[in-house]
Amino acid sequence: MAGNNNIVLSVRNLTKTYRTAGEQVNVLRGVNIDVAAGERVALSGESGSGKSTLLHLIAGLDAADGGEIRIGDALVTKLPDAGRAALRRIRIGLVFQQFNLVPSLDVEDNLAFQSRIAGRHDAAWQAELIDRLGLGALLKRYPEQLSGGQQQRVAIGRALAARPLLLLADEPTGNLDEATADDVLALTRDLVAHTGCGFLMVTHSTRLAATLDRQVTLHAGLVA
Amino acid sequence: MRRMFWVLAVLLSHWRRHPMQLATLLIGLVSATALWSGVQALNQQARISYDRAAATFGGVRTAMLVGRGGPTFPQKFFVDVRRAGWPVSPVLEGRIQIEGRSFRLLGIEPVTLPAEVGNAPAIGRGDVEAFITPPGQTLLAPETLSDLHLAEGATPLVSSGASLPPLHVQAQLVPDVMVVDIGIAQKLLNRPEQISRLLIGKTKGPREPLEKIAGDRLRLVEPDAESDLERLTDSFHLNLTAFGLLSFVVGLFIVNSAIGLAFEQRLAVLRTLRACGVSAVMLNAVLVAELVSLALVAGLIGLVCGYFIAAALLPDVAASLRGLYGAQIPGELTLRIEWWIAGVAISVLGALVAAATSLAKAIRLPVLATAQPQAWQQAQHRWLMLQSALALGVFVVAALLLRYGDSLLAGFAVLAALLLGAALILPAMLELVLHLGQRFAQRPLATWFWADSRQQLSGLSLALMALLLALAVNVGVGTMVETFSRTFVSWLDGRLAADVYINASDNAQAIAIKNWLRERAEVQAILPGARAETQLDGAPIEILGLTDHSTYREHWPLLQSVPDAWTRLRPGDAGFVSEQLALRLKLAIGDHIELPAPGGNWPLEVIGIYADYGNPKGQVAVNIAALIRHFPSIPQTRLGLRVDRNQIPGLVSALQEKFGLDGRNVADQATMKAESLQIFNRTFAVTAALNAFTLGVAGVALLTSLLTLGNSRLPQLAPLWAIGITRRRLAAIELTRTLSVALITALFALPLGLLVAWCLIAIVNVKAFGWRLPFDIFPLQLLELLGVAMLAALVAALLPVARLARMQPASLVKVFADER
Repeated sequence: MAGNNNIVLSVRNLTKTYRTAGEQVNVLRGVNIDVAAGERVALSGESGSGKSTLLHLIAGLDAADGGEIRIGDALVTKLPDAGRAALRRIRIGLVFQQFNLVPSLDVEDNLAFQSRIAGRHDAAWQAELIDRLGLGALLKRYPEQLSGGQQQRVAIGRALAARPLLLLADEPTGNLDEATADDVLALTRDLVAHTGCGFLMVTHSTRLAATLDRQVTLHAGLVA
Repeated sequence: MRRMFWVLAVLLSHWRRHPMQLATLLIGLVSATALWSGVQALNQQARISYDRAAATFGGVRTAMLVGRGGPTFPQKFFVDVRRAGWPVSPVLEGRIQIEGRSFRLLGIEPVTLPAEVGNAPAIGRGDVEAFITPPGQTLLAPETLSDLHLAEGATPLVSSGASLPPLHVQAQLVPDVMVVDIGIAQKLLNRPEQISRLLIGKTKGPREPLEKIAGDRLRLVEPDAESDLERLTDSFHLNLTAFGLLSFVVGLFIVNSAIGLAFEQRLAVLRTLRACGVSAVMLNAVLVAELVSLALVAGLIGLVCGYFIAAALLPDVAASLRGLYGAQIPGELTLRIEWWIAGVAISVLGALVAAATSLAKAIRLPVLATAQPQAWQQAQHRWLMLQSALALGVFVVAALLLRYGDSLLAGFAVLAALLLGAALILPAMLELVLHLGQRFAQRPLATWFWADSRQQLSGLSLALMALLLALAVNVGVGTMVETFSRTFVSWLDGRLAADVYINASDNAQAIAIKNWLRERAEVQAILPGARAETQLDGAPIEILGLTDHSTYREHWPLLQSVPDAWTRLRPGDAGFVSEQLALRLKLAIGDHIELPAPGGNWPLEVIGIYADYGNPKGQVAVNIAALIRHFPSIPQTRLGLRVDRNQIPGLVSALQEKFGLDGRNVADQATMKAESLQIFNRTFAVTAALNAFTLGVAGVALLTSLLTLGNSRLPQLAPLWAIGITRRRLAAIELTRTLSVALITALFALPLGLLVAWCLIAIVNVKAFGWRLPFDIFPLQLLELLGVAMLAALVAALLPVARLARMQPASLVKVFADER
């Protein structure tokens, strides 16, 4: 684990409760996690353990009930919606299981989209990403014309195009076959190492989790 | 800003990939704007003309002094009042006849004419010298000159034998008005030293009180913001506006459906944008900017289309206004800048209203997707309940307006509330019918059919609401027009009781014609007629002189009367009043009225009320001899003849040959009826055109909804195909579903349409025109409309259904393979 001064993500005593059908569910009950720059961390646990909820709270997609999330020097839990949006634009890269590409944009525009709205578009870096992700021949294709693995590579490229501080991935290989999943994860590991950002990946697969630097397991809303 | 541009680029890229959806959205906005703006262009054109008419030498827009004792008063008051410091100018008004046609003659005094009196400066001061020095000038509108088939400088003879000063075109004048120097007018009208009114200028200064100068002989009439013509035609324009609004609303249904679908399809993209760091505020700002940009484009196209619609409808509107109200509307469309601005604004506003629900959803859009179909279904159910409760509330408002409202606007408000309530409750009604269908379905496919139809309802309900509104209005207006048409035809049979109508060029010719006719064996009766004009309760009315003859007793369409009314009419102390005059002045049988006449007021007892459809003015019918006694100077040039049917053509030819009469001066009953019916038909041509437009737009709404729904239907249909139901059968099921819901909607629209017809006949017509009509139902017409509705639904459903029937298996397989 890297030293404290390299910490890009710090989560302290994080709690989150949902109410469904009159019942209160304590999804997170005081979670603590740190991720350092360049560190690749797998977050695993059984269904309902709160993995995805934790990831969404870190990304500012949802608001926590208590505790603290810090990304770099930004205190996510104190930011309003606009501040959290700005944080996602500039400091976070997000990769989903469903790829979530913009269907009406071609690969090239999908790749450049986040960096452009973040005002951090760098043509040379984008060209390097295209090269490293092997997307050169696919630039004018639309998402529906790509395979699952290709779509996920575009999503990873989009997430890293703005040179984020932290890359968050929610089951990024969940929709891919084993070989493609290995392939995509290997590319991601290399890119994370290359950019030096922190990487937190939610996964069910112990095999894939084992390929990262560290594993954190959630159990009943707490780090096991 | 740059960030906004990129977000906008992403949102716009959706339309590039879905051009059909973009076309739907634009078609909706263009048709909504075009129909609304077209109607507004017609209204504006008419209002410009009314202003032109009102501004002609002191219409109601100018303060004036009028006599208390009769239509004219001595000229000496002009001198007295002016000396007392009043900035007045005299006007004499009367009617003259040229070649059997009647014109309004205005005599003015250009030197004292106040500068602010309408278009007076342009006319009066343009060439004062030529106007007042002999031979003077007769100013007239270009339309009047061309109607007379004369050239500028001509000096036509009037019925008295005198000739008019040389004709001179003055473009600002309204048609059928001629303006001469007041001295010439006094000679032509045989009113020496008499004037009709004194126009008052706005110059401030000390003035003596009017009573001190003229005693009680003169009365001050304050200017009115609205002319008689505007008041009279309000109902017509309100009717047009109501249609325009309906078309606009129906167009917005299309927009709403297109935007709603686009929003649903872009939901994932919107979430992705939020996940990528676009704030909710920016996302919504860009969504609004995108919508406004599209609305601006559509608005401009819509305005151009609106212009063409208005230009196409203008001749019929002009004919309607001329036929109904005597209003003269020029045949060319001139549009003001306000029209263009308002058109674009209404397009933007309409788009925002149509997108309101989608924009509200976007504002509340959670970044994380929550797939809760059950919750969605519950929300849908809650929404149905809320919508139905709202509908009931609207119905209560309609009932209250019906009970307590007493104006034309209240009548239209009842109609609007009725239609809105029905549209709101339609989804609940359809849900109920489909639920019952599902409950009683036996076979599994039938159960699925009903259940799936219920699920489709939310996507189709807006288009079905549009269909309901369009159909109900078509039924309502169709029934009203048919009722009116039948009533009008039977009324015309009674009213045009004579077989031949003659309008002689002057009294002398009328006498000569009468003498000649007395010698003709085929002429069974000569029925002289005459008309005078006066004012009653501040509004102009006509007095019609009727001969005491069995023709009238047997045919004249009296709605109410005292016993032996025709005998009571003879002495000249009683009269019949037209239905609209009775309604306006709240007159009943036995009431008394006083008509201003040259010799003093003429008291009359109301002994009958008759229908007088299509006449903008109130009318009083009296015995002709009594009329001539009270209005001795009126032209007695009109004659009606009872003639053996077979002898009519021969007699008409002989009259034309003997007295040089043309088609305008002598006409047989059949020609007169044909002309009246033609005017009637043109009156409702605009209504019919707008009706057809509205139904067309509703058809497009249904088509677009089905097309857009068709895209999202695959996941529901593919499993059925997978278990062995052929694509052809699936297509047939889809077609049956569309036709079923359209049929239920149409069946609901029929009684609603009859209710609309009742409102139009019993409330709106009475308030607008003063006519009460019987309420009849025409089953064949209803069947025809039902057929049209089903045809529209069939046409709308065919394209998506054909697409499904021809769909490649690969597309259906993709549903199962597609992980997204």
